[in-house]
Amino acid sequence: MTEIVATELLAPGITSYVLAAPKIARRARPGQFVILRATGDGERIPITIADTDPDAGTIRIIVQAIGKTTTVMAGLGAGGHLSDVAGPLGMPSDIRLVGTAVTIGGGVGTAIAFPVTRALKAACNEVIAIVGGRSREYVILEDELATAADEVYPCTDDGSYGYPGFVTGKLQELIDQGRHLDFVLAVGPVPMMRAVAEVTRPHGIETVVSLNPIMVDGTGMCGGCRVEVGGTTRFACVDGPEFDAHLVDFALLERRNRAYRWWENWRMRELTDAGERQ
Amino acid sequence: MTTTKREKMRMVRVAMPEQQPSERRWNFDEVNLGLSEALAVAEAQRCLFCANPPCVAGCPVNISIDAFIARVAEGDFSGAAAIIKSDNSLPAICGRVCPQEEQCEGSCVLANKQKPIAIGYLERFVADWERNRGETAPPQIAAPTGKRVAVVGSGPAGLACATDLARAGHQVTVFEALHSPGGVLVYGIPEFRLPKAIVAAEIDGLRDLGVTFETNAVIGLIDTLDDLLDTEGFDAVFVGVGAGLPRFMGIPGENLVGVYSANEFLTRVNLMKAYAPGADTPVFDLYQKRVAVFGGGNTAMDSVRTALRLGAAWAGIVYRRSEEEMPARIEEVHHARDEGVDIVTLTAPLAFTGDEQGSLTSMRLQKMALGEPDDSGRRRPVPIEGSEYEVPVDVVVVAIGNQPNPLLMKTSPDLTHTRWGTVVVDPETGRTAKRGVFAGGDIVTGGATVILAMGAGRRAAAAIDDYLSTGEWWDGTTQTR
Ligand SMILES: Cc1cc2nc3c(=O)[nH]c(=O)nc-3n(C[C@H](O)[C@H](O)[C@H](O)COP(=O)(O)OP(=O)(O)OC[C@H]3O[C@@H](n4cnc5c(N)ncnc54)[C@H](O)[C@@H]3O)c2cc1C
Ligand SMILES: Cc1cc2nc3c(=O)[nH]c(=O)nc-3n(C[C@H](O)[C@H](O)[C@H](O)COP(=O)(O)OP(=O)(O)OC[C@H]3O[C@@H](n4cnc5c(N)ncnc54)[C@H](O)[C@@H]3O)c2cc1C
Ligand code: SF4
Ligand code: SF4
Ligand code: FES
Repeated sequence: MTEIVATELLAPGITSYVLAAPKIARRARPGQFVILRATGDGERIPITIADTDPDAGTIRIIVQAIGKTTTVMAGLGAGGHLSDVAGPLGMPSDIRLVGTAVTIGGGVGTAIAFPVTRALKAACNEVIAIVGGRSREYVILEDELATAADEVYPCTDDGSYGYPGFVTGKLQELIDQGRHLDFVLAVGPVPMMRAVAEVTRPHGIETVVSLNPIMVDGTGMCGGCRVEVGGTTRFACVDGPEFDAHLVDFALLERRNRAYRWWENWRMRELTDAGERQ
Repeated sequence: MTTTKREKMRMVRVAMPEQQPSERRWNFDEVNLGLSEALAVAEAQRCLFCANPPCVAGCPVNISIDAFIARVAEGDFSGAAAIIKSDNSLPAICGRVCPQEEQCEGSCVLANKQKPIAIGYLERFVADWERNRGETAPPQIAAPTGKRVAVVGSGPAGLACATDLARAGHQVTVFEALHSPGGVLVYGIPEFRLPKAIVAAEIDGLRDLGVTFETNAVIGLIDTLDDLLDTEGFDAVFVGVGAGLPRFMGIPGENLVGVYSANEFLTRVNLMKAYAPGADTPVFDLYQKRVAVFGGGNTAMDSVRTALRLGAAWAGIVYRRSEEEMPARIEEVHHARDEGVDIVTLTAPLAFTGDEQGSLTSMRLQKMALGEPDDSGRRRPVPIEGSEYEVPVDVVVVAIGNQPNPLLMKTSPDLTHTRWGTVVVDPETGRTAKRGVFAGGDIVTGGATVILAMGAGRRAAAAIDDYLSTGEWWDGTTQTR
């Protein structure tokens, strides 16, 4: 059992949790994740470690409620418990001095981009953060990013705040302005990551994406998280989750992530029905 | 009543009462129902109590089979249990899953002339009898030694090692990567062959011995072996992390939606209980679907029979050699066939094809012929040109074996390993190249058996006990804390 120390609603459906996990707090490096189960008979889901406080013995995770487990979690507050939290899992981000780095977070992907952004800054890079959201209220972590990055550009799909349009539009704009970019990290929905890869490809800018395939164990045991990178099969939970964006087969990732869509919908319907009956 | 040898030879081997195939193919309850006391005693009385029993030599942990069967024949089940338990700490499990035909029963003198004594069924009977009675003699535990041992991995190797160490008075913590302990016994072998309540009872027994279980602990990531020894204050470590890395075939279409590794398929169904109504973790809806399983071992049999129970209209094994070469337990092959599993031998896959959604729709197969024996002594399958054909299929399970998972090895550069990724140890003691670290089970042998893993865990426990009392390592150095 892992105690939830604090929660905060960051945007509609997006909650930040502070968890008491002293050992993970000491070990975790940017880019790593945990696998958690909310309840004793629940599914194992991967969630990135957005922040750590080794002294307080806590980690922070930021979760978007999109299916059953994450919706159940949204109902938990401080003092509540998660049944299991295993981590840190995955390879840490490869943080080095590259020059000018751009980190791009779309939606809850910003939570994943955030610790990497800070680490890139700490490694003496010039860091530009681009944060995307559907509309103003969905742009998360802007204040935290402002303390971590040199420049922060919020973008909204509906133009209600910051740059009007997709994160790729903003990235293209920077490139068109003649900014010299050495490295791009993009985390968000698959179509967004694929679009970022296409923007940087012609310019030969090193681009990394953090992939989100369906996982079960997170230790390399099941192979359910396999992705194709440069024509080779890799297990995202142990070989990743970060990979070279220009080599990732995004279409395959998208198809594999849809594998249980029927089940996810049905399970959510059950959850809503149960809620309505109460 | 004394029975002459001649009379005994005329008696028939007991048949295991089992659920009817037509019924059990729809449920996950155990197939074998277990012997009654009367059946067990009758079977035991068939034993010739050989002077130099070959069955004992055939058992990897050399259980005093003749002695325990003698007790069963007299109706002294608790005496029989004590004998078994002195060599095997997991008899309820081994009695169910050991490949007896290659081990104890295969060596029984009756194996050729008549039918071997049903040693596995009797072992299972005794263990179940003792567990169901509920009152086992309190375990003998030596005085606390003040030494702490970390056991990494909670499969049969780790559990057996922890048992002996705890009995020897050491303080044992078992670290398990998953959320529940048991290793392959819980995530791999299905309920219908090994009820999870039995594994849980064994683990409770270990807790009673004072063993602590830390689940969700992926060693190599949360702590390295050095951390365990240097920071966490453990005096020795046993590594029993198994061979949990699934092998794929490397053929086109293997990443289509609908192609599972056996590990993923079985983990979803067993550990995550995808078969039970209301479970949170999904598995593809197999109702009225066609499911092909590639491989010929226990993992393949477990997968195909699971698929059948999930409602598959057609569930088949596709194996590239002939049935004789199948490494699965014979009983499982028979059970599978009785349940309606199709066994297609001398056939190998060439490719999988999918629709525009990326979902599997068909497989391309090729017929094989048996050629010259290969390194393993089995005849090598050779493709027959022009025999390719295409068949529709909805779900494929790849069950061609597992390799050691490199996760722990990556952070333990001072362990030596073979080019197959298995850890190199001294076979007698399980000592690795790293001071204070021992290993055993599938991580050392590659995918093997429960009883071999258990035996390795016990040998390592004895060596760890020795190391902890003397402080002597194989290089001759002595270290005292
Ligand atoms: C390495 C990694 C890091 C992630 N980090 C975050 C994060 O920081 N914050 C966040 O909100 N989300 C994160 N995700 C996504 C998150 O795991 C899924 O949103 C979550 O599993 C949904 O579970 P559910 O039961 O609520 O929804 P479901 O109804 O089960 O599924 C909804 C969606 O989640 C995907 N999904 C379902 N099960 C899994 C699974 N076991 N593993 C991965 N994806 C799954 C499905 O493809 C589907 O698109 C991450 C995913 C990965 C692989
Ligand atoms: C489906 C299937 C059916 C089988 N059927 C039979 C059978 O009928 N009869 C038979 O004799 N054998 C059978 N086997 C083989 C047998 O199960 C194995 O040989 C045996 O379980 C090996 O035991 P082990 O303790 O070495 O490893 P495992 O049982 O694999 O246990 C290893 C444990 O270590 C954990 N672990 C791994 N890495 C780490 C880490 N870094 N940190 C912490 N924990 C870690 C794993 O999660 C796992 O729980 C079967 C195997 C499978 C897969
Ligand atoms: S442990 Fe296995 S091999 Fe040994 S006697 Fe029991 S069933 Fe036979
Ligand atoms: S070899 Fe067979 S008959 Fe002889 S003691 Fe062993 S089980 Fe009994
Ligand atoms: S999640 Fe099972 S191998 Fe990656």
